[in-house]
Amino acid sequence: METIDKIKQQIAENSILLYMKGSPKLPSCGFSSQASQALMQCGQEFAYVDILQNPDIRAELPAYAEWPTFPQLWIGGELVGGCDIIMEMFQKGELQALINEEVEKSA
Amino acid sequence: MKIQTQITDKLNAQFSPTHLTVENESSQHNVPKGSESHFKVVVVSNEFAGKRLIQRHRLVNGCLADELANHIHALAIHTYTVEEWSLQFAAPDSPNCLGGSKGDETMKSKLN
Repeated sequence: METIDKIKQQIAENSILLYMKGSPKLPSCGFSSQASQALMQCGQEFAYVDILQNPDIRAELPAYAEWPTFPQLWIGGELVGGCDIIMEMFQKGELQALINEEVEKSA
Repeated sequence: MKIQTQITDKLNAQFSPTHLTVENESSQHNVPKGSESHFKVVVVSNEFAGKRLIQRHRLVNGCLADELANHIHALAIHTYTVEEWSLQFAAPDSPNCLGGSKGDETMKSKLN
C-alpha cells in the first residue's frame, strides 16, 4: 500500500490517533511525552503510531497534514494540533470534552 | 543571519506583535553547543483574534516554513491576542528533553 493510503486509512479507522516519537509508555521526545500523558489522563483509549519506527509516514504525513512537526493529534479524521495545542486544550478541559464527544459519536 | 534573528524578523513583519519572545532552547537538548535547533516563540497579536488555536499555529508554521524545513528541529508555539495575554502574562515552559533528536537523520543537515 502507498504510504499516503496507509496514512488515510489510519486516520479513518482510528477516531483518536496520536502520531508521536516513541510510544506512550516509552516516549522519545519531551513534546510527544507531554501529549501522550495528557491523552492518557483523559481516560479513553487511543491509537498511536511511532513515527520513528515508520520513516515513510514521518516523511509524508507533514505534507498531507500541512503541519510540519510531531506529535500530531487526529480526532474524528481532523487534525487537532501538536503538543502546545493539546496541552492548552487539556488545561482548559477542552480536550476531555472533544474526546468524550468523539467517543459518544463512535459508540 | 542568525536563525533566531531571522525568526524574530519574520514574526514581527507578519504579526506586528505587541509582545514577542523568541527563545533558543537548544542548550536544553541533545545538540552541539551553540546550535539553533529548538525554539520557543510567544506571539501576542490581534491578528489571532477570532482564530482557533490550530489556525493560529498554522499561520506561525507558515511564516516560518523555511526555517522549519531547513534549520530548526522543534518549535514550541504560544499565541495570544492582546486581551488573552493581559489575563495570562506567561506562556508555559517547554517539556524536558528525552533525547529524541539523537540518531535522527534529519538533524544532520539542519545543524550545519
